Amino acid sequence: MELNVIGKGLPKVDAWAKVKGKTVYADDFSLPGMLYAKVLRSKYPAARILSIDTSRAKQLPGVHAVLTAKDVPNNNLRAKFGQSTDVGAQFEGLYRVLAEEKVRFLGEPVALVAAESLQIAEEALDLIEVTYEPLPGVFDPVEALKPGAYPVGENESNVVSRFKIRKGDIDAGFAAADVIVENTYHVPFVDHAYLEPESGVAWLDEDGVINIRVSTQVIEHFRTVAEVLGLPQNRVRVIGTWLGGGFGGKEDITVESFLALLVWKTGRPVKLTYTREESLLAHSKRHPFLMKYKTGATKDGRIIALEAELIADAGAYTYLTPWVLLYATVNAAGPYDIPNVKVDSVAVLTNNPFTSANRGFGAIQPNVAYESQVDELARVLGMDPLTIRQKNCLRQGASLATGFTFDRYVALPEVAEKAWQALGPAKESQDKRIRIGRGLAIGMMSYGRLTFLHDSSRSYVKLELDGSAVIRCGVPDLGGGQAQALCQIVAEELGIPIEKIKIYISDTALTPLAGTTTATRQLYMSGNATLKAAREIKERLLTKASTMLNVRKAYLKIENEKIVSLVEPGNFVSLKDVIAQCSSEGIELFCEAQFNAPFTDIPASELITGQTHPDFTFGAYAVEVAVDLETGVVEVQKVVACYDVGKALNVLNVEGQLEGGAIYCLGYALMEELVVDQGRLKTPSFSEYLIPTAADVPDVETILVESGSGLGPYGAKGVGEPACNSIAPAILNAIRDAVGVRITSLPATPEKIVFAMQKKQ
Amino acid sequence: MEIMREITVTVNVNGIPVRAAVSPQESLLDFLRYRAGATDVKCGCNKGDCGTCTVILEDRAVKSCLVLAAQADNRRVWTVRGLEKDPLMQALQESFATHGAVQCGFCTPGMLLTAKNFLEHNPKPDRAEIKEAIAGNLCRCTGYKKIVDAIAAVAASRTGDRA
Repeated sequence: MELNVIGKGLPKVDAWAKVKGKTVYADDFSLPGMLYAKVLRSKYPAARILSIDTSRAKQLPGVHAVLTAKDVPNNNLRAKFGQSTDVGAQFEGLYRVLAEEKVRFLGEPVALVAAESLQIAEEALDLIEVTYEPLPGVFDPVEALKPGAYPVGENESNVVSRFKIRKGDIDAGFAAADVIVENTYHVPFVDHAYLEPESGVAWLDEDGVINIRVSTQVIEHFRTVAEVLGLPQNRVRVIGTWLGGGFGGKEDITVESFLALLVWKTGRPVKLTYTREESLLAHSKRHPFLMKYKTGATKDGRIIALEAELIADAGAYTYLTPWVLLYATVNAAGPYDIPNVKVDSVAVLTNNPFTSANRGFGAIQPNVAYESQVDELARVLGMDPLTIRQKNCLRQGASLATGFTFDRYVALPEVAEKAWQALGPAKESQDKRIRIGRGLAIGMMSYGRLTFLHDSSRSYVKLELDGSAVIRCGVPDLGGGQAQALCQIVAEELGIPIEKIKIYISDTALTPLAGTTTATRQLYMSGNATLKAAREIKERLLTKASTMLNVRKAYLKIENEKIVSLVEPGNFVSLKDVIAQCSSEGIELFCEAQFNAPFTDIPASELITGQTHPDFTFGAYAVEVAVDLETGVVEVQKVVACYDVGKALNVLNVEGQLEGGAIYCLGYALMEELVVDQGRLKTPSFSEYLIPTAADVPDVETILVESGSGLGPYGAKGVGEPACNSIAPAILNAIRDAVGVRITSLPATPEKIVFAMQKKQ
Repeated sequence: MEIMREITVTVNVNGIPVRAAVSPQESLLDFLRYRAGATDVKCGCNKGDCGTCTVILEDRAVKSCLVLAAQADNRRVWTVRGLEKDPLMQALQESFATHGAVQCGFCTPGMLLTAKNFLEHNPKPDRAEIKEAIAGNLCRCTGYKKIVDAIAAVAASRTGDRA
């Protein structure tokens, strides 16, 4: 099929307002009579609340409301994440709007204040008297698993969930192996560090509907807010703003319930924006994992056994932990065809910050481990990094250890080779203190949500009488071009320039619900829904034009605002005339379409088998590093990302996802760690929690493979989260190549590298 | 000695004098966002780490959260919205959009102002110099490559070199 708009690197529809400073982010919006909210947070990671006295705070002039758990109609909730399916207790967990009885983490919300100014709200926080009885708490997931461990919750076990995968005979596999590599890996808490902290403004409208204008990846949280307040779901409206970054951190509910409670209490508009320190302290983190790996291969380099034990720190509340752990379990053996696999995973509550979605969602933690393991095997076997991966990786027709079979193209051998070769000829360091090393890592990650969630998306497309078009789709745009992709699809299908398309996004009252902007799902889901709607309208236009031109439909094409005969190019009718004709005959020029992902049953036990995700994206990273032998400082000099993206709908946006994903996890590999000591955060701001700056990073080279084998529109695959995979282990493998030490815990700081080099000598 | 609770300052914001009585501790960032309506100046950390609040104070790019409103008294401040007709800013805006240098856009106003101020002082920078210049402006989305591309292209077109 010839494409005119799809594939072009067009500027995003939202870019122009953003460069002019005109985009109204969540905190940029205000209303007359608006109050300012603040959250009182727990001073202890584990404590019992003996009493809360709000009387002095309430008496402070300018204070309009002080709320605690007893003011929340439904304070104890089962976490839902936009799914309309009831997935059962194994995949949901308790969380609280405000702390009640027992405090579970430092920074947990205890009380809310709304006042006439931020200063007054802050003063009021100081006047709330909370009496705590500090409790011992538990901060290490391994300790929290032991019998008799401190219970993080009231009565329930500290174990959030367990999963396992079994394939072949693991003992026989290791018995037949010529070489076995065993290591234990650790990855830390990290923060999303989007530059826009959590924020929203809410108000009560004249019909008694609570409107919440908020920076969120999930507008479907309106249902949770309704549950918190005990209101019908149609009395809460969420209007999503253009996000100042999300990365999974705005997938869980943030300020929505707090705002709704305060609006309900005061009747006034209320704004709540977290400080950076609050954001670092008290919103979700990426799960730390402890990962014990044992991998065995024959001497000709065939990997025949893999055993993995994963322990994830869920922090203080469940949130998305069961889903993250399921992703980790499915990904634990990596994109390899291994006959004998045994995976056991467990997620455990602790009194640490709660952990939930973070770009990569459980797939990237085991990726660090399995790709380090494969590299060590290659060294023992004397194989090069590319050969061992090409020999063992999945191909079309092969299956995951769960039994899920890939019936589509699996690009792993191709992407691995292209990335590795793009590094070019190796060079020696001229400086005796500096060692150069290279590393390769491959990976896979799903796009689209877990199939047992029965995911769907809806989109509405409409042609106006003047030939312009409107899209309404409840898609939150995080900056990844989520809205742009839908505009390009409609422009392509209806033959109109992108400037003539206006998209309305992210509003539960006015846009069809499109589901969450999470799980790398929007291009796949809302892209397909929009494509379906546009093609339905196109079909109606072609049918009408066929009559008008007296040409069979099969011989017509739509382009440049005309419907043209393929056989006689001079024979055409303008789109506007076809629209006018349709309109006068009552033919509908709008369509709302729904796209459903494949549905599977909810896993009935801990044993995970069969299909869990719609499809996967495959990619590889090759890197070159220079390591200073004296200081242990690593400079990443080259990064090549090669991904099978299926089809790049917008080349600039796809490259942007890969470049951004690479640097997001270059930080994970080398710099980022949220240091939590006995439940207390030691990296409270961006002065201590360092993320990569422009001066820290190389220019990422991207190589796009377009196999057309994806489930998205035009054969596209999702890349947002998969882009984060594999760069961290590629860097660890390059450090190993440069200085001969295997760093098994992230981040690979200069200290760890220097100590490892000293230990080796 | 009497402690001053309020002082009156006048800051020229994008060509328009804005006068207000403020507390002596009020930051220029708060003054711009809450009193001058300049919500294109963002607050990402409020302690000088992220660069989203960058503005041009007279002829220097500064982080407005680290400047007191009182220090800007009787001085001129420019934000992105005030530079709509500035040819260098226009070139940078166009270049950022067409190079894919904008994802979420939250760092963009500050990044553009840093870039403009930098190019005025260093019209022919290499990539390493551009990266140094924007190292105080964090971006979490792009990995910086396309931002550097966008700035380099403007520098090249202004000096007649090809990007």
